Amino acid sequence: MRYRVQTGQGGSWIVALAALVIVVVFAALPFFGSRSLMQDLFFVFTMLTLAQFWNLLAGYGGLVSVGQQMFVGAGAYGVFAAAILWGINPVAGLAVSAVAALVLALVSAVFVFRLNDAYFAIGTWVVAEVARLSFAQWKAVGGGTGTSLPREARRNMWGADWVEQVTGLRAAAAMDVVSYWLALALVVATIGGIYWLMRRKTGLALAAMRDNPQAAASAGLNAGRIKLAVYVISAVGAGIAGGLIFMQNGRVSPDSAFSVIDWTAYVIFIVVIGGIGTIEGPIIGVIVFFLLQSLLADLGSWYLMVLGLLGILIMLFAPRGLWGLISGRTGFALFPIQRRLFIEERED
Amino acid sequence: MADAGTLLSLEGVTKRFGSLVVADAVTLDLPRGQALGIIGPNGAGKSTLLNLIAGNLMPDQGLIRLNGRDITGTSLTQRCRMGMGRAFQIPQTFSRLTVFETLLVAASQGRGISESEAAGDCVSILERTGLLDRANQVSGSLNLLQRKRLELARALATGPDLLLLDEIAGGLTEAECASLVGTIRSLHAGGTTIVWIEHVLHALNSVVERLIVLDFGRVIQDGAPDAVMASREVQEIYLGIEA
Ligand SMILES: Nc1ncnc2c1ncn2[C@@H]1O[C@H](COP(=O)(O)OP(=O)(O)OP(=O)(O)O)[C@@H](O)[C@H]1O
Ligand SMILES: [Mg+2]
Repeated sequence: MRYRVQTGQGGSWIVALAALVIVVVFAALPFFGSRSLMQDLFFVFTMLTLAQFWNLLAGYGGLVSVGQQMFVGAGAYGVFAAAILWGINPVAGLAVSAVAALVLALVSAVFVFRLNDAYFAIGTWVVAEVARLSFAQWKAVGGGTGTSLPREARRNMWGADWVEQVTGLRAAAAMDVVSYWLALALVVATIGGIYWLMRRKTGLALAAMRDNPQAAASAGLNAGRIKLAVYVISAVGAGIAGGLIFMQNGRVSPDSAFSVIDWTAYVIFIVVIGGIGTIEGPIIGVIVFFLLQSLLADLGSWYLMVLGLLGILIMLFAPRGLWGLISGRTGFALFPIQRRLFIEERED
Repeated sequence: MADAGTLLSLEGVTKRFGSLVVADAVTLDLPRGQALGIIGPNGAGKSTLLNLIAGNLMPDQGLIRLNGRDITGTSLTQRCRMGMGRAFQIPQTFSRLTVFETLLVAASQGRGISESEAAGDCVSILERTGLLDRANQVSGSLNLLQRKRLELARALATGPDLLLLDEIAGGLTEAECASLVGTIRSLHAGGTTIVWIEHVLHALNSVVERLIVLDFGRVIQDGAPDAVMASREVQEIYLGIEA
C-alpha cells in the first residue's frame, strides 16, 4: 500500500501569505499609524501572548492555573531591578525577566505539582500571592508602593535613538515604537513557536492529552514530563510579556504587576470565549475582548459583570468558544495541524 | 517465583472499593505467548483486574511482575512502554484527533519513534481493524462500533507484547466478529500474549487456550476452555444470566 501523510490543508499558502501581509503591515504601522493605535495594539499583542501561553498550559496541558500573574510580576520586576540595581538596558532586561520567571517556575513547580485539578488552581493562586507579598518587601525596587523606571534607562532604551532619527518622533513616542515592535515580535514568535510545536510529535501528544489524559497515558505518553515542560515554557513566556508590559508602562508596583484580574482573569476570559485548546481561539478572543473593553469601559464595575456573564454563556452554550463554532461548521483552520492520510495505491 | 517462561504474574493482588472487595487475593501466572480469556458475571471485577494489570489502579495488597520484575508501583505510561497495550471497555477517544492521528500518537509515544517511522504501521493497523476508510475522520464523530475498533487499533499501535482487551466483540455482526477473531488469532500466532475479557463466548473460545472465571473478585475456575465451560459454576452463572 502506498500512502502519503500531509499536515495542513490545500490553500494554506493563502493563509500564510495573508499572515505575512498582516505582520508586515503591523511592522510598518509606526510610519503611518497614530500613537494611540500603537498603544492599543501593544495591549492586544501582549494580552494575546499571555492568552496563547495560558492556553498552552490549560487548554493543552490541562493545568488550569490562576497564578500566571506571578510570572508577569516576576518579569516586570526583572526589568526594573536590572535597570535600577545593575544599570542594565531595559531591552536586555527582558532576559532577566525570562530568567526570573524560569527560576520561579522551577521553585513553584515543587509545590503546585503535588496538587491536582482545583487544588492545583488554588495552589498556583496562593503561590502567586506569596510572591506578590514577597516582592512588596523588596525596598530597593520600591517596596509596597512600587517604583518608576529611571529616566536614563528609558532614554537609553536600545533602538529608541534610531527610531527618533528615522521617524522624527519625540523621545517618548520613539520608546513606544520600540515597545510596540518588541510586542509584535513577541506575539509572532509565540504563535509561530506554538504552531511549530503543534506540528511536531510533542504537539500531537499535547492534543491527545487535551482530549483524554487517561487514554494518553495508556498510549505511552509521559504526561508528567510534558506538563512540567509546558508549565515552564508558559511561565517564561508570561515573564517576558510582563517585562515588556511594565517597561512600556514605566511604573511598577506589586499590586499592578501581580494583579490576578489583569493577568489571569482577563486572559482566561480571552481563551474561553475564543476557544480553548486551539491556536485560533485566543486570537478571536483577544479581538472580542478588546472591542468589549473599548465599548464598555465607561460602565465601571458593570463591565466586569458583562464579561463574566458572557464568559458563562459561552461556557454553557459553546464550550469550544467562538472559534469552535466556526471551525465546527466549516472544518476550517487558520493554523492547520491535522495529519491527513492519503492512500495512493491499494493492493488487494 | 514464576519460571522464565512467565510474562506476567500476579501474587495475592487485592483491591477494595470501600467495603467491596473487587479483587480478592488474585494469583495468576501468564506464560509468554498465551491467550487467556476472562469471563464472569457483571460486576465480578474483570475490568478492575485489567486496570490493576495496566496500572490504572494500584492494588491494596499483592505484587504484579512483568518478566520477573516487580512493576507494582509503576505508572500507566511506564507499563505501556514496557509493552502493555490496552483496549478499554468504554471507548476512550481523543475526540478532536482523527482516527489516523490517534494511532500516530499511540505508536510514536508508546514506542518512542518518530511520526514518519510510525506511519507505515499505523496504516497497516487501520487496514487490519477495518478503519482505513475512516482514517481522516475525527474520532469524536465515530459511532460506538467504530470507537470499539479504534480501541483495539490504538492498543495495537503501541506495539504490545501483552495485549489487554476488554469486551471488544459486543455488537458486531457475524462477519465482523469473524474478522476480529481472525485479527486476534494472527496476533496470537505472531507471539503476542493476550488477556481478553469477553461476553461473546464463541468468539473468545475460538481464540484462547485458557479460560478463567471471576466471581466477586475471586478466580473460581482456571483451565482449558472446554473444561471450564463444562464446570458447574459456569453453568450456574451463565444459565443464571440467560434465564
Ligand atoms: N472506581 C470505582 N469505585 C467504586 N466502585 C467501583 C469502581 N470501579 C468499579 N467499581 C465496582 O467494582 C465492581 C467491579 O467492577 P468491574 O468494572 O471490574 O466489573 P466487570 O467484571 O468488569 O463488570 P462488567 O461485565 O459489567 O464490565 C462493580 O461492583 C463496580 O460497581
Ligand atoms: Mg468490565
